[in-house]
Amino acid sequence: MSDLAQARTFDEFLEGIWRQNPVFVMVLGMCPTLAVTVSAVNALSMGLATAFVLVCSCGLVSLIRNIVPKEVRIATYIVIIATFVTVVDYVIQAVSLAVYEALGAFIQLIVVNCIILGRAEAHASKHPPITAMVNALGMSIGFVIGLLALGAVREVLGAGTLFGLPLFGANFQPWVVMVLPPGGFIVLGAWLLLFSALKRRKEARLAAPGGGHGA
Amino acid sequence: MSTPAAPQPQATPATSLLKTLGLVSTVCGLIIVGAYQGTYDAAAANRRLALERTVFKVVPAAKSMAEWQATPQGIRPAAGEPAAGAVKFYAAYDAQGVLAGIAAEGAAKGYADTVRILYGYSPACQCITGFGLVSSKETPGIGDKIVTDREFLANFEALDVKLNAELSALANEVKAVKHGSKANPWQIDAIAGATVTSRAVGKAINDSAQLLLPKLVPELEKLGKKPS
Amino acid sequence: MKASVEIRSAPHIKGPRSVEQIMANVVYSLAPVCAFFVYQYGISAAASILVVTAACLLAERAFVRSGTQAGSLSDFSATITGLLLALTLPPGFPLWMGAVAGVAAIALGKALFGGIGFNVFNPALVGRAFVQAAFPAAIATYTPSFLPGRFTQFIPSSLAWPLMAPADAAAWLKAMQFDALASATPLAKWKFEGALTAIDDLLTALSGHIASGPSPLLILTCGAYLALRRFMDWRIPVAVLGSAGLAAWLIHLADAKYPDAFFVLSSGGLVLGAVYMATDMATSPVTPRGMWLYGGLIGVLTVVIRYYSGLPEGVMYAILIGNAATPLIERVTQPTPFGKGVSIQARKSASYTLHPDYISREEAGAKTPKKRFLKNKGKS
Repeated sequence: MSDLAQARTFDEFLEGIWRQNPVFVMVLGMCPTLAVTVSAVNALSMGLATAFVLVCSCGLVSLIRNIVPKEVRIATYIVIIATFVTVVDYVIQAVSLAVYEALGAFIQLIVVNCIILGRAEAHASKHPPITAMVNALGMSIGFVIGLLALGAVREVLGAGTLFGLPLFGANFQPWVVMVLPPGGFIVLGAWLLLFSALKRRKEARLAAPGGGHGA
Repeated sequence: MSTPAAPQPQATPATSLLKTLGLVSTVCGLIIVGAYQGTYDAAAANRRLALERTVFKVVPAAKSMAEWQATPQGIRPAAGEPAAGAVKFYAAYDAQGVLAGIAAEGAAKGYADTVRILYGYSPACQCITGFGLVSSKETPGIGDKIVTDREFLANFEALDVKLNAELSALANEVKAVKHGSKANPWQIDAIAGATVTSRAVGKAINDSAQLLLPKLVPELEKLGKKPS
Repeated sequence: MKASVEIRSAPHIKGPRSVEQIMANVVYSLAPVCAFFVYQYGISAAASILVVTAACLLAERAFVRSGTQAGSLSDFSATITGLLLALTLPPGFPLWMGAVAGVAAIALGKALFGGIGFNVFNPALVGRAFVQAAFPAAIATYTPSFLPGRFTQFIPSSLAWPLMAPADAAAWLKAMQFDALASATPLAKWKFEGALTAIDDLLTALSGHIASGPSPLLILTCGAYLALRRFMDWRIPVAVLGSAGLAAWLIHLADAKYPDAFFVLSSGGLVLGAVYMATDMATSPVTPRGMWLYGGLIGVLTVVIRYYSGLPEGVMYAILIGNAATPLIERVTQPTPFGKGVSIQARKSASYTLHPDYISREEAGAKTPKKRFLKNKGKS
């Protein structure tokens, strides 16, 4: 019984990382995804900020899920999310001003990131706190992976560095387009292409006779 | 509210709605205030550090700095809110507490958005000794060369900003000129291909210096020692 | 026994000429232009043409093999894309960037939309737009033509290592006693320095040491061959050049600081774009009136971009915008089907939209499908 419960919790955790990856599968929260991923550091900071907001607000939403009347639930969720976004805003200012300036308005815009309200409404308000937070953590990690995947490619090609470390020496020719908005769309498109190709190949393997045991 | 008659268990009473919202808002308010109080000092320290770093970059000899403002009545150490019409600037002092230079902010429209810079002014040679970028959205690889292009930065080793005889304005307008046609020490040799951004830097320095230096220069001795 | 089903892009009318034949003729007509380009710039230009075309062909092969796009290598369309792309790039463009441009042209310009006949934008121009955005400095670096030793020595920027910045062309030129101005294209010279180049130099591109592309006269001659053999519709180039000339002439009248129409018309880039790129069959309108409208839009936009934007050359963006406007142009210029016009009287010129004259710009001698074929198609 406890094994089953554990397996289910683990499954909740994995859902956001792979099956329902917010960036590559649900394609949610594109505004920060495209805007701040010019470098891996920015992508990571944005991902961590969003993760903090997501986990905290899902935990709180889940805690009070039984006392909030459904008439005012969205208002409550938004207040909670806005609270944690404000907290993150202060914390980033205190930790690193450079990161704060690089992310700019997109920190405040986490409030309207649809992953967070979507998770609060679709998952946290229906599950106990532990499950909700585990699921939110999985989602956050999925989001961080998505942002990092974009940020790393764009930084390597656009600046020749990864996390600020030069990879190719001084003579590198940066691909300017990668740090401009079109680069965000091109790289996101390439990743989506890769993921859907992988998915299709997996499905084909499962469908083929004797290829698998079914999912 | 017109509600369909059929599946209605019972209306939630207004007091319960208010209670929930009030409770949630209170808790959230407490969290926010707590976070604000907890991070205020660190954030303020961070901001000061960032400012100092930029000031020390444009006035390399500096070891400490003080914030001043120039008002029509004269210059005085900045305290509290700046008065209307006052221009803020930073006096930078070396290790002995002697004035090493002055840093001030300037801004002008660049190619993409406003380019904000901080420039260092040396009273000894009456010239600009360097500039640093505060914020810009210039095209990567083209416009942002203004902080990396060696030839361009060489313009700011001693950019002449002498005042005219009446001390009312700069003797010569600081201006960016086409690449390769710099003839005078008050001209800036623009980067080929990034003329617009180069011009913005020139204009930012000129506008700010025209406003600040006529007020500042007659009272330079006030800055002589670091106010403690 | 297995019957192989061949899937081909429209039109499905059985005509005396095929896609392959048209494309092959375009390649033949491009050969003199390429040869002249090599004559102007030496082995660097030859290497650039080879590498870019090879990149296009390899990318096409990969996408056809993986099933993401229709078509095959033997239809020559990727070859055309590669040749045109190489001709629009500077001769000393680093070879690795040329390869990037070729792959981007096929991947973003063609495979994304499903292959030959489905592309919305001219693939060669998509590739060029990509490298223009990615490497704005390298793509603006031209070198003078007819340099001594161009057949034995590469332009140093050509041989940059992959991902590395190209060598500085200005220093190389200085060593050969050319000033930096010599490597500016005539258009850039006018835009940034206000200097005009003599028209006859521009037209033939034969006088030494100007940094321009292929000769406009040669391109026009090759284009005339295509138009005469009806492999290309003459309306689009005429509309592009005519409207660009007209717009330039009007602006010159209004304000003499702008150059006259001949200077605008005698740039290799505009003529190459008008003859070979704007006429791409998949991305230009099929209706005759639409062609005039489309060509006119491209010509005017070219002049507007050249005069009023930060870029010295505007043909590429003008054609891409024209490509984007093509579906709309086709919709508003749809000819009225016979019998549906406002006037009850049958007009001689009214014709059915599926007439081969409209659908493929091929010869009217093509066989028109009988009606029963259309009926058999079922609902669509």
